[in-house]
Amino acid sequence: MIKIWSMKKNEDSAAKKKPKTSAAQIRVQKDLTELDLPSTMQTNFPDPADLLNFTLTIQPDEGMYKGGAFVFSFNINSNYPHEPPKVKCTQTIYHPNVDLEGNVCLNILREDWKPVLNLNTVMVGLQYLFLEPNADDPLNKEAAEDLRRNREAFLQNVKNSLRGGNIRGTQYDRVLIA
Amino acid sequence: MSVASPLSPLPGRHYHVDQILDRPGPRTDPAFVPGETPKTFLREQSKILVIGAGGLGCEILANLALSGFNDIHVIDMDTIDISNLNRQFLFRPKDVGKPKAIVAAEFIMRRVPGVKVTPYFGKIQDKDEDYYLQFNIIICGLDSVEARRWINATLVNMVDPENGESMKPLIDGGTEGFKGQARLILPTITSCYECSLDMLNKPTAFPICTIANTPRLPEHCIEWASVLEWPRVHGDKKMDTDDPEHIGWLYKIASARAKEFNIEGVTWALTQGVVKNIIPAIASTNAIIAASCCSEALKIVTTCAPYINNYMMFIGTESVYTYTFEHEKRPECPVCGGETIDISVGKEWTVERLIEVLVERQDIQIKKPSLSTSTKQLYLQAPKQLEQATRPNLGKLLSELVEEGDQITVTASSLPFNLSLRVTYV
Ligand SMILES: [Zn+2]
Repeated sequence: MIKIWSMKKNEDSAAKKKPKTSAAQIRVQKDLTELDLPSTMQTNFPDPADLLNFTLTIQPDEGMYKGGAFVFSFNINSNYPHEPPKVKCTQTIYHPNVDLEGNVCLNILREDWKPVLNLNTVMVGLQYLFLEPNADDPLNKEAAEDLRRNREAFLQNVKNSLRGGNIRGTQYDRVLIA
Repeated sequence: MSVASPLSPLPGRHYHVDQILDRPGPRTDPAFVPGETPKTFLREQSKILVIGAGGLGCEILANLALSGFNDIHVIDMDTIDISNLNRQFLFRPKDVGKPKAIVAAEFIMRRVPGVKVTPYFGKIQDKDEDYYLQFNIIICGLDSVEARRWINATLVNMVDPENGESMKPLIDGGTEGFKGQARLILPTITSCYECSLDMLNKPTAFPICTIANTPRLPEHCIEWASVLEWPRVHGDKKMDTDDPEHIGWLYKIASARAKEFNIEGVTWALTQGVVKNIIPAIASTNAIIAASCCSEALKIVTTCAPYINNYMMFIGTESVYTYTFEHEKRPECPVCGGETIDISVGKEWTVERLIEVLVERQDIQIKKPSLSTSTKQLYLQAPKQLEQATRPNLGKLLSELVEEGDQITVTASSLPFNLSLRVTYV
C-alpha cells in the first residue's frame, strides 16, 4: 500500500472526536461578529442562539426614505456562502426595487452573488436601495414608472406610503419611526 | 497466466491488470514491490467506498470490479427513475422505483463473480466516523455540492495526526454536460473540496426584475413560477422538486405566463430541469471521469504508478481537452485551513480567563475573539444583542460549558479565517 499511510501510527490515540462546527456556521459567526454597520442599520435575533435567522432594520438618515424603518428577514442555509442568504422585506413598502411580496431586486442576492461577498456587503447593498432607488430594475412597476416620469410625484407617494397611505388601491404599511 | 484464482472465477479476469502489477514501470515509485504484495492488497485486503450510484457511480462500480477490487461498498439515497436508464447501465426498466445502491450492487455481483458489493440505501450523513474509518479509499460520484461539502468536511475532521490510517484519500469525480473533473483530495495534506468552492460554476440565476417584468426565455417563466408565484400562493409551504404535483403546478403557472408573453418552449421536462438545476448528463463524460477516478484508486492502492497531483479537468466541447494542475490549499479554508491548537485549561478557568489567555498569546496574535462550539455560542463580540446574550457566559466556568476534547471555534477580524481550540482540563 502506498506511502501516504506510512505516517506514524499510534493505537491508543483513538480518542473520539466530537462533531465540528460546520463551515457555514463558522462563516456566519465570522460575518456577524465583524459586521461594520452604520448607526442606520441594526440586526435583531429573535433567538440569539440561532445565528442563521434574524432581521435587519434600516433607518435611512438621508434621501427620499428618511424617516422610515424598513425590516428585512435574513435566512441563511447550510450551503452558505456557496448560496446567498435569502432576504425579504417583511413590510409592504412602496419602492421600485421591492415588490408587494417583499422580494428584493438586488443583484448580489441572486445573479451576482459570490462566496467572497458577505453579510456586510448585502446589508450595505440593501441600504443603498433606499438612497438610490433604481427605476431600471423594477419589481414594483408602478413605483418605477412614477420615479421615471415625475420625481416630485414619486417623492410625494413615498411620503404617503411611509405613513401607511394608499396609492392607486394598494395599501402600504406604516413604517414611520415612532 | 489465465489461471483462475479462487477469488476470480472469471478465467483471465486479472490478466491485463497483472501486466502492470508484476513489473515496475518507468515512473513507478522505488518502494513498489511487484507481484503478490500489491495483488493481495488490492484483491484481498483493500476496502473501497463508492458514494453515489448514479451516472458516475454505475461506471465507477463497474470499473472497480473489473480492476480487481473485491470489497466494494456503495451508498446512494435515490431510487431509480425511468430517465436514468439511458446511461445508468446497471439498471433496467423492471428496476424503476427500486433503490439504486441495492440494484447496482446486485448487478455487479451477478456480472463479476467473486466481487462483494455492500449497498447502503440512505444518506451519507447517516453514517459516522467509525463507518468511514473502515475504508482505504473513498470515491465520490455525486451531483450535489452539499453532499460533497459534508463528506469532505467529515474526512478532513477525521484525520488524527497521530494515526496515519485515519487519513482517507478522497477521489472526487464530477460532471456537468460535456465538462468534468477528477481530483484527489488527501485530507489535510492537499487542497480540499471547500478550498475550491469558488471555482464552481454557479447555477445560472436570472435577475429577479427580468423574471418579474421582461421575460424572454422559457426559463424566465419557470423561475417566475418557482421564485415569485410559489411563495406568494403557498406561503411558507416548502417546494419539493421531487414531488410531481409541485412540478405540475409550476408547469401550469409557467405555461400560462409563457402564453401571455408569447414565449415558446416551456415543457414539463424543462420545468423540472430548471427548478432542480439539472444539466443534461452525458454518458461519455461520465465514462471518462469515472475511468480517471478508478485508475487513481488502483494506483494509490497498489503504488504501481504515481497518483495525480491533484486536479484534472476535462472539457469535451473542445475535442478531448484535459488539463491537470495542482490546486492549492487555501490557508483561509474553513474546513482544512486555519489552525487547531491544543490548549490546557485550568478547571477553575472562566470563559473570560480563556479569552484573556488567548489575547495574551504571542503566537496567535488575536484581538477580540468570538468563541463557539458546534452546539452553542460561548461569547460573541458583536452585534450588540448577541454580545449581551452571551455576556453572562464570561463569568461561567469553561468546564461547565465545554467538554474535554470538544472543539472551540474562534473567529476574529485579525484572523484570516478561524482557529480551533482543543481543550484539555488540567
Ligand atoms: Zn480546504
